Amino acid sequence: MSAEVAVLGAGMHPWGKWGRSFVEYGRTAARAALADAGLGWADVGSIVGADTVRSGYPGYVAGATFARALGWQGARVTSVYAACASGAQAIGAARAQILAGLADVVLVVGADAAPKGFFAPAGGERPDDPDWLRFRVLGATNPAYFALYARRRMAVHGDTLEDFAQVKVKNAAAGRLNPHARYRKAVTADEVAASAVVADPLRLLDICATSDGGAALVLTSMDFARSRGVADPVRIRAVSTVTPTYPRTVLDLPDIATDSTTAADAAAGSFRSSIARAAYEEAGLGPQDLSLAEVYDLSTALELEWYEDIGLCAEGEGAKLVREGATALGGRIPVNTSGGLASFGEAVPAQAIAQVCELTWQLRGTAGERQVPGARAGITANQGLFGHGSAVVAVR
Amino acid sequence: MARTRTPVVSGWFTENAPDGGGFRLLGTRCSACTAVFFPREDAYCRNPRCPGGGELAEVPLSPRGRVWSYTDGRYRPPAPYVSDPAEPWEPYTLLAVELEAEGMVVLGQAAPGTGVADLAVGTEVEVVGGVLNEDAETTWVTWQFKPVGGAA
Ligand SMILES: [Zn+2]
Repeated sequence: MSAEVAVLGAGMHPWGKWGRSFVEYGRTAARAALADAGLGWADVGSIVGADTVRSGYPGYVAGATFARALGWQGARVTSVYAACASGAQAIGAARAQILAGLADVVLVVGADAAPKGFFAPAGGERPDDPDWLRFRVLGATNPAYFALYARRRMAVHGDTLEDFAQVKVKNAAAGRLNPHARYRKAVTADEVAASAVVADPLRLLDICATSDGGAALVLTSMDFARSRGVADPVRIRAVSTVTPTYPRTVLDLPDIATDSTTAADAAAGSFRSSIARAAYEEAGLGPQDLSLAEVYDLSTALELEWYEDIGLCAEGEGAKLVREGATALGGRIPVNTSGGLASFGEAVPAQAIAQVCELTWQLRGTAGERQVPGARAGITANQGLFGHGSAVVAVR
Repeated sequence: MARTRTPVVSGWFTENAPDGGGFRLLGTRCSACTAVFFPREDAYCRNPRCPGGGELAEVPLSPRGRVWSYTDGRYRPPAPYVSDPAEPWEPYTLLAVELEAEGMVVLGQAAPGTGVADLAVGTEVEVVGGVLNEDAETTWVTWQFKPVGGAA
């Protein structure tokens, strides 16, 4: 028996600052994904919404919110919150329902209308919330954490500001070719260097913006896909949603300290590498089989770390890959062919779904000017606040 | 008239450690498995292989450590960080400090006068008390790191 599910439809609402409700972005993306699949909303047996908890609006109930916007039709509903991993967990929930025989057609939707500037915790006096505490006690924004990682790479691996800038140059070049991206302009290394320092050593153009956007997928059983005449669909072969293992020894958002190693030694490898490893094991393939990857480039420096964590190179060699052009379009293993968060910005519950949209189009061979020739397998990877990890492997 | 000196979070540090005084971060240590927690964990031990049955006792953390990494905040962070929007923004320096004995990395702001130019990965620093912010009634006290024996 196959543990695969088919991706019959993928759709997005363009990223940007549109000033509208996340419900509208999600509905547009859902409609696009259904049209892409050649299915109607009435064909959907289950809807899974990827949630966000910011901004007051009941993103808490995103699944039902999107179902209401599409018109109540009695579908099974699920809502998932896992910070940046919400989208991947929504895909994981949809896949589990299909494999369990609970539904043949599942619509997965994520959308956000993000505030401008730094992400901030919910209001009020909440000293038992680690996200609230790191702002109150330290003023530690997300870019501050990205900068700590970047500075550490410079000290330990010899990465340079120029290496970081090359990631932005590469991703902007890909995003320029993506009609769904918010930023569609080439960027030069000089422009990165000339942009304001946000958190030393990272510049404004090293860090992804916050954005509005929406993304959706129509997932079905393999039998359903065949019954609709789709003999060779893009298939999801693995969804990794692992937590860290104690002691977690790398400082992660929104933590004020790591776990201590007095009682137990740290496991080999990082939390991020364990996310990818779980996906590879489930999919029965490895980094050598990949045609492309989509990773969370919250900062340019962080993308280099992902190269190592998903096994494209050894630890400390990420900068070498970008210098060689291996991860650019046309390179040996293109990464963030969509343009990445550098070109999209963060629309938190949508982004992990958008990554799988990109894999889908690449594996179908319909990615236009950014097409990776003959793409057969891809991985997405990201990490959400509070220890949510996720990666998806899709194949053709 | 005088403002009350109040820790920004209670129980995370002391200004007069029992083992000779001075400013120290306070964590907790599980008596069953030796795991150390900062910020303090008082309800349960988070080591999944802990045999259980232990007590979480308060322990002062190492007074010194080495810089794991560092950065600064060139833009005003959002609330609940407290700053006066009428005043020009003064960047703060943020340090991640590795404590060898505890095998952990702790984040903290640098003492005033310590900028990123004064630091390198591996620089030895010590924890000191400092002021996070003040309002009409309260001086909010926090922990800060500063280079050992350095000019800063
Ligand atoms: Zn214990």
